[in-house]
Amino acid sequence: MTLPRHAWRGGVRVPRHKNLSNTEPSRAPPLPARLIYPLRSHIGTAARPVVGPGDRVLKGQCLAEPDSYVSQALHAATSGTVRDILDYPVAPGDVMTASIVIEVDGEDRGIDPWPSLPADADGDAIQRRLTEAGVIGMGGAGFPSHVKVREGLTRTVRTLIINGVECEPYITCDDRLMREHAAEIVAGARWLKRAVNAGECFIAVEEDMPEALAALQAHPAEGVTIGTVPAIYPAGGEKQLIKLLTGREVPSKGLPIQAGVLMHNVATARAVYAAVVEGRPLTSRYVTVTGGMTRPGNWRALIGTPVSHLLQEGGWRGGDQRVIMGGPMMGMALCSLEVPVTKVTNCLLVQEAAPAFLAAMPCIRCGECLRVCPVQLNARALYEYSKAGDLDAAQDLNLFDCIECGACAYVCPSHIPLVGYFRAAKAAIAAAERRQRAAAENRGRYERHQRRQAADQAGSATASPLPAAAGEDREALRAEIAAAVERVRARRAASEPPDGERGGPA
Amino acid sequence: MTTVSSGASSPHLHQATSVALVMRRVLVALVPTLIAMFYCYGPGALMQWLWAILVAHAVEALMLRWRGLPLQPHLSDGSAAVTATLFALAMPPWAPWWLTVLGLVFALALVKHAYGGLGHNLFNPAMGGYVFLLLCFPVAMKAWAPIDAGHAAPGWIESLVRLAGGASSMADGYSGATVLEYTRTQLRAMKMLSEITAQPVYGMLGDRNAQWVNVAALLGGLWLLWTGVIRWQIPVAALAALFLTAAAFHLADGDRYASPLLHLFSGATMPGAFFIATDPITAPGTPRGRLVFGAAVGLLIYLIRTFGNYPDGVAFAVLIMNGAAPLIERHTQPRILGAPA
Amino acid sequence: MLPWLLLAILGLAAGLAVTRPARGGRDDAALAEKTERIDALLPQTQCGLCGYHGCRPYAEAVARGEAAIDRCPPGGAATVAALADLLGVEPLPAPVSPPARVAVIDERLCIGCTLCLDACPVDAIVGAPRLMHTVIAALCTGCGLCLPPCPVDCIQLRPVPAARGAG
Repeated sequence: MTLPRHAWRGGVRVPRHKNLSNTEPSRAPPLPARLIYPLRSHIGTAARPVVGPGDRVLKGQCLAEPDSYVSQALHAATSGTVRDILDYPVAPGDVMTASIVIEVDGEDRGIDPWPSLPADADGDAIQRRLTEAGVIGMGGAGFPSHVKVREGLTRTVRTLIINGVECEPYITCDDRLMREHAAEIVAGARWLKRAVNAGECFIAVEEDMPEALAALQAHPAEGVTIGTVPAIYPAGGEKQLIKLLTGREVPSKGLPIQAGVLMHNVATARAVYAAVVEGRPLTSRYVTVTGGMTRPGNWRALIGTPVSHLLQEGGWRGGDQRVIMGGPMMGMALCSLEVPVTKVTNCLLVQEAAPAFLAAMPCIRCGECLRVCPVQLNARALYEYSKAGDLDAAQDLNLFDCIECGACAYVCPSHIPLVGYFRAAKAAIAAAERRQRAAAENRGRYERHQRRQAADQAGSATASPLPAAAGEDREALRAEIAAAVERVRARRAASEPPDGERGGPA
Repeated sequence: MTTVSSGASSPHLHQATSVALVMRRVLVALVPTLIAMFYCYGPGALMQWLWAILVAHAVEALMLRWRGLPLQPHLSDGSAAVTATLFALAMPPWAPWWLTVLGLVFALALVKHAYGGLGHNLFNPAMGGYVFLLLCFPVAMKAWAPIDAGHAAPGWIESLVRLAGGASSMADGYSGATVLEYTRTQLRAMKMLSEITAQPVYGMLGDRNAQWVNVAALLGGLWLLWTGVIRWQIPVAALAALFLTAAAFHLADGDRYASPLLHLFSGATMPGAFFIATDPITAPGTPRGRLVFGAAVGLLIYLIRTFGNYPDGVAFAVLIMNGAAPLIERHTQPRILGAPA
Repeated sequence: MLPWLLLAILGLAAGLAVTRPARGGRDDAALAEKTERIDALLPQTQCGLCGYHGCRPYAEAVARGEAAIDRCPPGGAATVAALADLLGVEPLPAPVSPPARVAVIDERLCIGCTLCLDACPVDAIVGAPRLMHTVIAALCTGCGLCLPPCPVDCIQLRPVPAARGAG
């Protein structure tokens, strides 16, 4: 059985560099000295810690609970002691984020796994288990899986897609995972399919992943179709893969469920299996560590491991090369190498040679960016508007539908950092909207303030929330203030005698 | 104005391509056309080209200095060489040196740099310069091949003398006409097409000389398509529109309207369709926009050739549509993925 | 003759249409609506740097044509551009925006007089009589109107930390 293929426009073939890291089986690195768990991930609200400094924690023990519907639970990946909860740099951009830091004791003692769910468990039970186990989308966006399941419980899911289309160059963590844990992925897919009562289920891999395809096909399952899609970047993008496999389009600014689709990454499907059947929370993942190093490959890394630990295990001796978290097309260059691996970290790429970044030339309007855009955006016009600061025009041309896949900048003969311009424009629009909201709130408070003062002057004491200003005798108040001012002046004179500038009030 | 520096943002990979590479490929694709020019019109064509290259780079360097831009990488991006080559192909091979200088100064200083330089010009510089000369020096610009086959093309020495301005280009047999102009004047003299085409100025496909130039340009253009430097929409639409219009008129009255084959392989049809109309800077970038643009260029070429006052319409057709390109692009935005149906 | 006459009439009509002031320009309701739309473009800091007592009075003055559109420093170039766009006039050079600042009350010195509570136009200061007051940094517009009334000079304007706004 093969997967359906519908027309899909755009995309570009990029050199793959996959066999640098996908030929060897995955390895487990030695335990790192400490693990770092940022409470906030980039989607949803921060988790609420349930442990404190000094607490002993065991492998699998819950460290933080979801604080809202769109939030995730965190679990210790090995045993140790909570050293502190403090601000720690987290990728991308080394943003200081409140994080739980655990000192690893090296004993790796764990708690008992939860009992597996009965085979006839309903969607609600599966959803609760996924919430409890902290399963989130491991493909990159990190959307909590239980939220997707909830969407599927309340709306009709025609197609469930398990995404093994690892279209970014260099990254092979899903490839290796599929080769080594195909049975669990297929089983996880069946649990997800049952949870949301999906009409059909596709597991898609790329054409040039024959080993992964064979491994998956060795575990045929009722109602699950396993097949390939063309190896064109970015065929693994959510909206692109949905269009490719179902012919349906996710509405602009909409969610896949609006096209009757739920999509999960293959690693997420395996995490679902682990949570539901093995009763284990999500505490580790496959991470590709590749590029300029002696032992590139895939690691079964504990969530929270500092990036530097994996790079050292990979045989990177340091230097002035750039380390990129994620793939070369969409990843972010790291500033600090102490940032932790999170549930969405799929790859650490050391760029083999410092890329010769040519100065950008003027746009020659060749239109290649338009041709490769997987959303059919007019990237050239968007660039012109973004650069000129005409943000309204950029929004009219659907700036916010840009998925920042980088295909346009990849083919640009003028070497213009198009994605950078689009990100800057999006950030500027978001900032303008924040300012606009703040102005509206200021105005509301200002108007209430004015009304209150008017009421005070009219002598209506009941309208004032400030009895001090209206209720009490103003003369008495003034005298009291004068006395207080004297006290402050005396105190100030005693504590800072030479301070002449900031004496008393005029 | 926002500025984002290269390398600050993903992607961290880049295709092995550059503006200079694109321009170099265009130049390589023009080599067969240059050889055909040499074959048909003798050394004058080559000298004209070399002179144009020299002048264009001098003008470009001066303009860059004046605008305060570094010569590197702007002078070596190849854009001036492409403009010079297209301009030289359009020039009569025996035009005096100052004509080329005037045309290229107009093309580069006014049409290109006055609008903001590479990437910002509204009109194709080579065609702008050519049309400027055509309007100001109409007689000198007609110094094409001798009409009767008895004359041999001038040799090296004579071509050099003519380029140096030593002989008046319009005084003798070299002030010939191209087949398009000849056909039109003869038709206006109420001759039948069948009589006219018996003249030796006609070749198998079109103009006895220009047909080879057109075949060479077609080959170069196909190579550009294959390498992906240009896309199919503009040349296909332009040639199809020209062919279909010419065919319709020819079928209606075969004695008054020349055959579509003549139109395809005479004048500057092929260089126009593959090298001039496809100039990305002055054409729409959207796929549908390129179809509209190309079709309009093809139609205009036919209308100007047949009903206009100039022998060839390629330059005018392209310039007119250059002006309309932003408008066309605006109204042919592609439907984005997920847009409401 | 007739075509000339027609042309003249057409030209006159077009000229009138172009030069006529905006529809209902003298109408009270139209003025109020115009004020409303101008006010919506102002940053609502109520700082008074424009010379008017708050954003609304400035908006009214602009609507009446009494004030220029370049008087709002906190709004900067963005506000000038938006006003020029709304009113159909040429944008003026933007005033220099003051650096983003936030008021901070020195808790050791505050005597709980509540005078700054009244002065703050956007209710960004909380407190009660004889109890320490504090500024809600997220709501403070940095206008500095709370500084003059303070009898003990315990309020300072400090630069906004760079990270703010990222969260």
